[in-house]
Amino acid sequence: MASTSATATASWDGGSSPMNASYGKLMMWFFLLSDAFTFSALLITYGLVRSSHAAYDGLVDAFTFSQTYWPIPEKVFEAVPFLHGMELPLVFVGIMTFVLIMSSVTMVLAVEAGHRMDRKAVEKWMLWTLLGGITFLSCQAWEWAHFIHGTDAGSTLADGTKFFGANLSFNQYGPPDFAAFFFFITGFHGFHVFSGVCLNFLIYYNTVTGVYERRGHYEMVEKVGLYWHFVDLVWVFVFTFFYLV
Amino acid sequence: MAHHHAEPQVTVLPPDTAKIKKLWMTALILLVITVVEFIVAFTIPHEYKDARVWIFVIMTIVKAAYIVGEFMHLKYETKFLMWSILIPIIFIVWMLVAFVYEGMAIGVAR
Repeated sequence: MASTSATATASWDGGSSPMNASYGKLMMWFFLLSDAFTFSALLITYGLVRSSHAAYDGLVDAFTFSQTYWPIPEKVFEAVPFLHGMELPLVFVGIMTFVLIMSSVTMVLAVEAGHRMDRKAVEKWMLWTLLGGITFLSCQAWEWAHFIHGTDAGSTLADGTKFFGANLSFNQYGPPDFAAFFFFITGFHGFHVFSGVCLNFLIYYNTVTGVYERRGHYEMVEKVGLYWHFVDLVWVFVFTFFYLV
Repeated sequence: MAHHHAEPQVTVLPPDTAKIKKLWMTALILLVITVVEFIVAFTIPHEYKDARVWIFVIMTIVKAAYIVGEFMHLKYETKFLMWSILIPIIFIVWMLVAFVYEGMAIGVAR
């Protein structure tokens, strides 16, 4: 109080927040850092296993599914709902990326509205964010269903039998590890999206019932917003390393 | 008389148009980079695998920087907080390089 020192070291002596962020926000940041390590471990393990498998080195147009090499992702993910039989590589996953980026924008607009204590605007943008999250999850459900059931042609095994789709021990697209990583990485990300949708709903509910207005600030919107952007961030990496590379 | 809990007096501030415009610009940049990624995926042949991978990795890092910096607001936090989050990422890079090299070695050994 009496101290007039305004140096950076003095701010660590107590009574102030040297990082200029609340406890809750800091802990959200450090949780997200640890979550980044978890996702990195998954993606890096995928990198290790993929680089230890042979890559397809023939002509792209002549590509066929085989157990002996890792598939080209764009040859696997080329189906779009309602357009059965058409080859549209990566189009559906592109739509999913668009949906998730848009829901990140609406989330950050909700945070902005919260700073201004604009309850109606927070409600509006939280609803859009929820819609984006639910749309993404629905798209992923379709993608999984298609991946599990497989294509019309399937792939022919060494003994002449046909195999369609994928399970945890076998799949028509490539080595067993390919489907295992697809399920684990997109599944773990999808579960994060699901948790995010639940948290977003909680925020929306509390906004509508006026909890944050009575509290005098909308910091919870900001904290859950950080989590929601992180989910978008992880998808950017999954999109690149699982679908593009 | 029951105590009546008065509703709080809330002053709603007008929208910060400059800030909102910047957020939409960030979204536009992210979408444009994603579109460029698609163009690269279908124009640069698969024979140039290394070039493709590097282009994708760089564009992904640019997108990540925009999401973390603008949407998550990290660029505008105190420097101490920013580096507390960014410096530990070194471990992820280390792990990535180590494991991918290990994977290639396993592939050769098979």
